[in-house]
Amino acid sequence: MKLVINKLSFHYNGFPALKDVELEVSLGEVLSIVGPNGSGKTTLLKCINRILKPKHNTVLIDGKDTGEIGLRELSKMMGYVPQNSTSTFPFTVFDIVLMGRRPYIHWSLSERDKEIVAEILRFLGIDKLAMRHFDELSGGEQQKVIIARALAQQPQILLLDEPTSNLDIKHQLEILCILRGLAQSKHCSVIVAMHDLNLASRFSDRMLILKQGRIFAVGTPESVLTEENIESVYGVKSQVTNSVLDRPQVTPLGSVANGVENSKIASEITSKHK
Amino acid sequence: MSTASELKRLYLKGKNRKILAILSIFLVLLIIIVISVSLGAGSPRFNEAIQVILSKLFPFLGFDPGPQITQTIIFEIRLPRVVLAVIAGAGLAASGVAMQGVLKNPLVSPYILGISSGAGFGAALAIALGIGVVTQYGGYIVVANAFVFSILAMLMVYGIARLRGVTPESVILAGVAVGYLFSAMLSLIQFIAPEHAAVRAVVFWLLGGLSTATWESILIVLPIVLVAMALIMRHSWDMNVMSLGEEVAMSIGVNSKQVIVMCMALATLVTASIVSFTGVIGFICLVSPHISRMMIGSDHRFLLPCSIVLGACLLLCADTLARLVLMPSEVPVGIVTALIGVPFFLYLLLSRRRQFWH
Repeated sequence: MKLVINKLSFHYNGFPALKDVELEVSLGEVLSIVGPNGSGKTTLLKCINRILKPKHNTVLIDGKDTGEIGLRELSKMMGYVPQNSTSTFPFTVFDIVLMGRRPYIHWSLSERDKEIVAEILRFLGIDKLAMRHFDELSGGEQQKVIIARALAQQPQILLLDEPTSNLDIKHQLEILCILRGLAQSKHCSVIVAMHDLNLASRFSDRMLILKQGRIFAVGTPESVLTEENIESVYGVKSQVTNSVLDRPQVTPLGSVANGVENSKIASEITSKHK
Repeated sequence: MSTASELKRLYLKGKNRKILAILSIFLVLLIIIVISVSLGAGSPRFNEAIQVILSKLFPFLGFDPGPQITQTIIFEIRLPRVVLAVIAGAGLAASGVAMQGVLKNPLVSPYILGISSGAGFGAALAIALGIGVVTQYGGYIVVANAFVFSILAMLMVYGIARLRGVTPESVILAGVAVGYLFSAMLSLIQFIAPEHAAVRAVVFWLLGGLSTATWESILIVLPIVLVAMALIMRHSWDMNVMSLGEEVAMSIGVNSKQVIVMCMALATLVTASIVSFTGVIGFICLVSPHISRMMIGSDHRFLLPCSIVLGACLLLCADTLARLVLMPSEVPVGIVTALIGVPFFLYLLLSRRRQFWH
């Protein structure tokens, strides 16, 4: 399944959020979207998933316009994990993951539906939590449940909005390893919006930098994460080194906008390490 | 590591427990029906009442139907009232679940959303000022007025909510506003009503009661309630999914806006048709879904039937007490539902460790 984004622009009541975004995502790839707050990361994810409605023929799956595909059919192709997940009423973990089967069921559940849910719970290592209530779980566990729910839709494209921003480092790594594993073992395309440049660099095949609704750079982490790019997108001086995992690692030094004070600190830090 | 079959077994166990709970409440409902039919003013005692019913239900068994007066009391006075209480309780509870489910708010009821204020205003127009939307059908002037104005209230709520997109927040805010408008107009009618007796009649109607139940009114209410409940049931999965939020629901293929409009329309229809015959009985809508949720959880596939049988039980109990405590006069059923419902509800709320608004 191939996702093509073609001249995608989007406005919120006249306020432009995305401008001429062009992108192709192929099967089994992890693509991370980075960029400052308000650069359009979430908007891009929502446009891909048609939670927001962009113009026709801007988002295509296997050459087919997503605007022509019904919501239900689309939900069998794409799963979406939002930034914050809550449940108004108390549900068990099993019930929540079962909701991901909604596109496939009309009223009664088949054995297959329950098997798929059980399998996904085990794949994510949360089978022990199956009968617990969602709102009793920790943030990391909840995030896994929500990812499990999206996987129960058996999507080939998985969209995640900052899935690790509220988690400790252990859960951050776990979640991102799961996403990597999904892309490789199940040939899922994973598109994930993130803030942490180093985590993104470590786990993505490609990275995309958004700046004010436009694609600023897209490519391998090595080609995208340069000191010049980071300065012009974030306005932050930084040093990019090669990490022990042989991926670019960003050390932010100071904000350009704050002038002398910050650049003084920055130069002190850099001189110490040279 | 638990195996897939173990997980499936656990799930099945939970599901069976829910079904068992629903069946038990249903059994309790049947028992209350029998008890309620055999209690009350007039001569028939418990065993007489049972005999009369059995003789009508199974004529081939040869039970003695008893004297004509007993039959009349059972079939023309007590039974219609009991049946209407069951239907009204069931319907109000179902519409409560639907409204709370789609609006994702545990405090929502027809009281909050202006439906009952609309009905009250319509009824008062007819009772106090003699203004009716229909004039031909004598006894139905009040009923028709209450029905039309509660539907009108909901249409206004929908119209206002649509102006800024149909979301739970906009529907609830519009509902509160429209509710206040109709309450104000209702107060105005009571203020300017020419006769003191008329004001008293309006107040009496507003308190709600099932004393006017007839087979004719049941024939009108029953089909509406049954069809609407079945259609609400069809949205069980959608309501489950919607509790994860509008955007997630959409990503699972559920159009929240459509479901909100559809379920609100159905719930309004049910509530309006019941309330126009019985007066404002609102508490069942609010409390029956909550008690059910505490008992069997939030999965609407089970929550709806559970709430329906429980609502029928609660209203029937309340109405039976309303008939009996001050015999031969009656306490308005709205007062009884609150008096017995509130302590029961608080007991459940406080005795349970988990609540869902923590």
